[in-house]
Amino acid sequence: MIFAAIAVVCGISLVLQTHPIASALSLIGVMGALAALYLLLGGEFIAAAQLVVYAGAIMVLFVFVIMLLNAGKETKGRRSWATYAGAPLLLLFLGLIALAITYHLPASENVVFGGFTGGTALQIGRALFTTYLLPFEVTSILILIAILGAIVLARKEID
Amino acid sequence: MPALPPSVPLTWYLILSAILFTLGIAGFLFRRNIITVFMSIELMLNAVNLSFITFSYKLKQVDGHIFSFFVMVVAAAEAAVGLAIILTVFKNRQTLEIDELSSLKN
Repeated sequence: MIFAAIAVVCGISLVLQTHPIASALSLIGVMGALAALYLLLGGEFIAAAQLVVYAGAIMVLFVFVIMLLNAGKETKGRRSWATYAGAPLLLLFLGLIALAITYHLPASENVVFGGFTGGTALQIGRALFTTYLLPFEVTSILILIAILGAIVLARKEID
Repeated sequence: MPALPPSVPLTWYLILSAILFTLGIAGFLFRRNIITVFMSIELMLNAVNLSFITFSYKLKQVDGHIFSFFVMVVAAAEAAVGLAIILTVFKNRQTLEIDELSSLKN
């Protein structure tokens, strides 16, 4: 409950801040709160991975690029018609999803800590290397391609 | 202020996920800095991950965790390539405003 409030506040802050660094720090707040929620839902491994991979690696990359490009505040520009049409549509979207979740899902039990203990590294590793072995290997190729792509894109600076 | 319940229903997690996803869409649509737009995409991915973990709790299966692990990996790869693209774009155009990057339009 508290972590959900933190996540929502940080998410709103992400959208409203005009400075990219402030947005990045808000996003780190969201990810930290989500990691705590994963822990409550029994996902120990995912919570740790969330902190290490997301809040650690990816956000360091973001902050690094923001610093490198010396990104300043956003300039206030004219608002297009999409802004005015989009906001009510987004609220409608959120309302529809909330309605569907509330009324079309069967009544759910309360979440208790320890209600699901299948998210340990042991269970995840077992599933990852037996049932999901092929997707796991494909993922490694995907990461290899991403490394190559990033190097090719950044190579022009070296020459 | 009424006392908060000690534990909340599972649907609240899904609604939180929907709220975060909508915030991500709002940031994606309304922000003008390309880096902030990129961070909004990450927020949307995180919201979907929360849904996966919640359903995994509900169904008492580990598959949701695996899936959100894959989403994390893809997000890392996407962030690396996307930020490299942003660096290249900034080097060529000296701007981060998405409204000025409209050379594909004509």
